[in-house]
Amino acid sequence: MAGIIEVRNLSKTFVTKDGDVEALQDINLSIQAGDIYGIIGMSGAGKSTLVRCLNFLERPTSGTVEIEGRDLGSLREKELRAKRAGIAMIFQHFNLLMQKNVIDNICFPLLYAGVSQKDGGQRGAMGKKDARKRAEELLEIVGMTEKAGAYPSQLSGGQKQRVAIARALAANPKILLCDEATSALDPQTTQSILQLLKQINRDYGITIVIITHEMSVVREICSHVAIIGGGRLVEQGRVAEIFSHPKTKEAKELIVRGRGEERRTLESHQKDLMKGKCCIRIVFSVNSSFEPVIANMVLRFGQPINILRADTKNVEGIARGEMILSLPDDVQVQQDMKAYLIERGLDVEEVDGYVD
Amino acid sequence: MWTSEMTLMMWDGVKETIFMTLLSTLFGYLLGLPMGIALAVTDRSGIKPNAVIYKVLDVIANVVRSVPFLILLILVMPFTKMIVGKSYGTAATVVPLTIAAAPFIGRMIESSINEVDRGVIEAAQSMGASTMTIIIHVLLVEARTSILVGVTIALGTILGYSAMAGIVGGGGLGDIAMRYGYYRYESEIMFVAVILLVVLVQIFQTAGMSMSVKLDRRKR
Repeated sequence: MAGIIEVRNLSKTFVTKDGDVEALQDINLSIQAGDIYGIIGMSGAGKSTLVRCLNFLERPTSGTVEIEGRDLGSLREKELRAKRAGIAMIFQHFNLLMQKNVIDNICFPLLYAGVSQKDGGQRGAMGKKDARKRAEELLEIVGMTEKAGAYPSQLSGGQKQRVAIARALAANPKILLCDEATSALDPQTTQSILQLLKQINRDYGITIVIITHEMSVVREICSHVAIIGGGRLVEQGRVAEIFSHPKTKEAKELIVRGRGEERRTLESHQKDLMKGKCCIRIVFSVNSSFEPVIANMVLRFGQPINILRADTKNVEGIARGEMILSLPDDVQVQQDMKAYLIERGLDVEEVDGYVD
Repeated sequence: MWTSEMTLMMWDGVKETIFMTLLSTLFGYLLGLPMGIALAVTDRSGIKPNAVIYKVLDVIANVVRSVPFLILLILVMPFTKMIVGKSYGTAATVVPLTIAAAPFIGRMIESSINEVDRGVIEAAQSMGASTMTIIIHVLLVEARTSILVGVTIALGTILGYSAMAGIVGGGGLGDIAMRYGYYRYESEIMFVAVILLVVLVQIFQTAGMSMSVKLDRRKR
């Protein structure tokens, strides 16, 4: 079945002073309508170039891009612009007009970019009043109604991205391209933006293409993923499949790196676990690793302890083990256990709410 | 020895200087703004690269800007006479002032537009905006603060040039300073004229900067 986006044998070569750079080589992609499709790769892999080829912000050197069965390369400038109005895009750095307030930013595509509500691409689209009304609806969808009059410089990163999403939706697009849309955001904000994208995909059936270097983003919302490495598409398929059986070096690398990101999410779960519990953080110095301290302690006190986290860290060139333990509720046992650990030369520190 | 006639003369000088400066700046922008936009847009990294147009404008800007103003003033005299009907006086000075100002203004517009974040332009392109739309609603809007700073600089520079035209009877405060200070050794009058020039530059500068800051929405 032909997808809403069909990329065939796409290559892109940049001509520079120091010779030609092959950014993309022989890429083939088929993205079905309604998918959330992740394109992941290390920085410099060519994924940003690829997404720009999908709306012809970059013209491919060879190969074709078909959107809803129309080959973008065959369109005249004007037709291409009309087509682009149906392919929205959001960016890592939001790219809002800094001199216009939130509502005017969202009105921009409605007023100037030749977007029509009905047929997705006639010029002279909307009156000011209608545009404003539509912009207000969009603000409500992204939950930013109360910021309508604010300027981008007064907003946080997450809020700016919400405005950018509202602006992207203004054109009633069929496709939304996200170029590292969460890479400038902290983990919590990333989560909320991803949820919003998910909701948009579900409620409006918009096909979403997500460019990212974070595996956690792909795992969180994507149904399919393509892995780009060195300008080539090395692996693609369903996210669950690639996750459990990565075949290529690139895929494995990204999954391993993804673990680090995952930990951040886990830590917030840990916080919940630790509520109302007596928790301690112990640090193993060099010598203390010979004795199985924790196992011995459990045997000695006959009480279970819960290991919330264990890790090794490189501190000043020396590997140090670190553990977060949740101790039994009995206060006396807690005291004794701490004394036991200190006796064995471990650094013990009480923690509540996790600190890294 | 300061007579009311002199005060009147000074007042006329101020009016003439302001007239020349404002009018030349206005005409300068009428020519320089499109020129600067064209330079920025047709640049290799612009939104509509065009090597030929860029090179032609680039050469024009450089040639005109490398001719010293006093020489230019004399060079274009026949042209001035054709347009204004005479080659001296305030109206006549506006012609060379405009010619000198336009490429300079064009360069400033070009650099203001080049400061606009590429990402914002890309966003507009991704929405299907035309080149004209991007110029009017993105480039000029986002570069507004920088362009207004440029206007302030242009006013100061053109005012300075207008005083230079005093050498050939260009009118205004520069003319007065020249006639009394240089030809008649009446340095008092020259000092007063110079002080008035300084005050004018200050006023333009303060007004321009406060306006550009007031219209900047980036920091609040």
